[in-house]
Amino acid sequence: MAAIEVRLPVARKLVVQSLAQGSDKHLVAPGDTITTDTGYMRGHGTYMGDEKLVASVAGAVERVNKLICVKALKTRYNGEVGDIVVGRVTEVQQKRWKVETNARLDSVLLLSSMNLPGGELRRRSAEDELAMRDYLQEGDLISAEVQAVFSDGAVSLHTRSLKYGKLGQGVLVQVSPSLVKRQKTHFHDLPCGASVILGNNGFIWIYPTPEQKDEEAGGFVTNLEPVSLHDREVISRLRNCILALVAQKLMLYDTSIVYCYEASLPHQIKDILKPEVMQEIVLETRQRLLGLEG
Amino acid sequence: MASVVLSEAEKVYIVHGIQEDLRVDGRGCEDYRCIEVETDVVSNTSGSARVKLGHTDILVGVKAEMGTPKLENPNEGYLEFFVDCSANATPEFEGRGGEELATEIVNTLYRIFSNESTIDVKSLCINPREHCWVLYVDVLLLECGGNLFDAISIAVKAALFNTRIPKVRVLDDEEGSKEIELSDDPYDCIRLNVENVPCIITLSKIGCRHVVDATLQEEACSLASLLLSVTSRGTLTCMKKLGNGSLDPESIFEMMETGKRVGKMLHTSLQKILDKEESLGTTRQKVGFLG
Repeated sequence: MAAIEVRLPVARKLVVQSLAQGSDKHLVAPGDTITTDTGYMRGHGTYMGDEKLVASVAGAVERVNKLICVKALKTRYNGEVGDIVVGRVTEVQQKRWKVETNARLDSVLLLSSMNLPGGELRRRSAEDELAMRDYLQEGDLISAEVQAVFSDGAVSLHTRSLKYGKLGQGVLVQVSPSLVKRQKTHFHDLPCGASVILGNNGFIWIYPTPEQKDEEAGGFVTNLEPVSLHDREVISRLRNCILALVAQKLMLYDTSIVYCYEASLPHQIKDILKPEVMQEIVLETRQRLLGLEG
Repeated sequence: MASVVLSEAEKVYIVHGIQEDLRVDGRGCEDYRCIEVETDVVSNTSGSARVKLGHTDILVGVKAEMGTPKLENPNEGYLEFFVDCSANATPEFEGRGGEELATEIVNTLYRIFSNESTIDVKSLCINPREHCWVLYVDVLLLECGGNLFDAISIAVKAALFNTRIPKVRVLDDEEGSKEIELSDDPYDCIRLNVENVPCIITLSKIGCRHVVDATLQEEACSLASLLLSVTSRGTLTCMKKLGNGSLDPESIFEMMETGKRVGKMLHTSLQKILDKEESLGTTRQKVGFLG
């Protein structure tokens, strides 16, 4: 039966800082003085004004020996070599594709950095250039790795491994890049029955786990067969759990997502996005994660 | 309308999901996202309301001003609508980009409210042929997250429910001209009866089924949608087809039935919340924009 819920807005409550948090985070807003001591080197997110170090973004102050920088909570993606990103193709140009990765500038995927079907290694010819659109069109999603960062900050991607390439059926969730924890691997096959790619740029791709690892395809043969209802439910639940974690500003990594999924099982999928259910689930996840640390 | 670009595989995933009555966020085909309504958010208007439907954010303000009745209806007041698509909502609305959408919304609102049973405009008349109340309804689109028309109609209904028009008395002057006297008590006002104000239900046809309250991604997969204006009793007052695709008469009939059913439920839920908010009175904590 259809359900329509209309409610009154509730003011956001201040989240009480967990007692287990050892270090007190020094939070600043743009214009706040960080320190008046001139002995420090200034890093990203700061500037020198009137003999004192002032923050230029809103975030937490990080200090490494003599270097002070401010890590912003909500920011565009800043590319680093070796990051895994999920991007959407916006343009097809001569010998390269422009990919949108939630950065200040569109990222670039050169034709020579793309792996050809079958995994062959050969020089890209004029026919390859003309057939670019057959590989990737505007709107397609890809997973890639950052090869290099240009001087203006634009990122150059490559899909030189068979685990990268065009993405098939699934759901994309866009979050702030600062919420994705840096880990050894960003491709996870979760025990609940779906797989997830946690892009460093904040694009999270949830997809049904492929039955067999088809190494030869390399992501060019898109499987358009209907996904089973059970897999769909798992994917929808994961999507809502990720949105719940993001709303409560928890770091996203495989353990936190799995714990949140397990905490959400008693609720219906569509109820997870209700504010009170969200808080309850994330609180339970937080407690379990603290238990894990301790 | 704001739109997102999706890959073929994503669209196929969404269409197949809807076929099995499981949308990407876990809703069924006839479920709405959580709606948040708050009235009396703008202090210098006669009535205002803010509605948040998922990522869609609408602010409506109603100002009651004195004006002269229109020539064809000398015993009635009238409503004037204005829609502003803020550039904050989506980059496409920058400059004059939002004008086309704004005109479409305004025309739809005029069409819905042109029906005489919607709002009792005779009660807005002060002096026949000379003075009447004109209600200027201003709609501001703050964020575009799919399903604009539904959210706007809910906000307009809530704002009209919240509107307080000051009571005026017409006195005869010595020379024979009429003088209008405003009551001293600022809380002495007339309220509008919004029982018959319809709500818009947009049904988007995706694959073989239709869904209510489509998100931006789902709107990108639908070729045609039907806009229905439904009253609280389930009567259809207005129908409009949007989109490039075509609709089969059979499916139009099915969509109408769904729209009537969903519309009735939406009205009951909305009225319940508006009454609840009203009953909280001055003890209500206003959340507003910084809450």
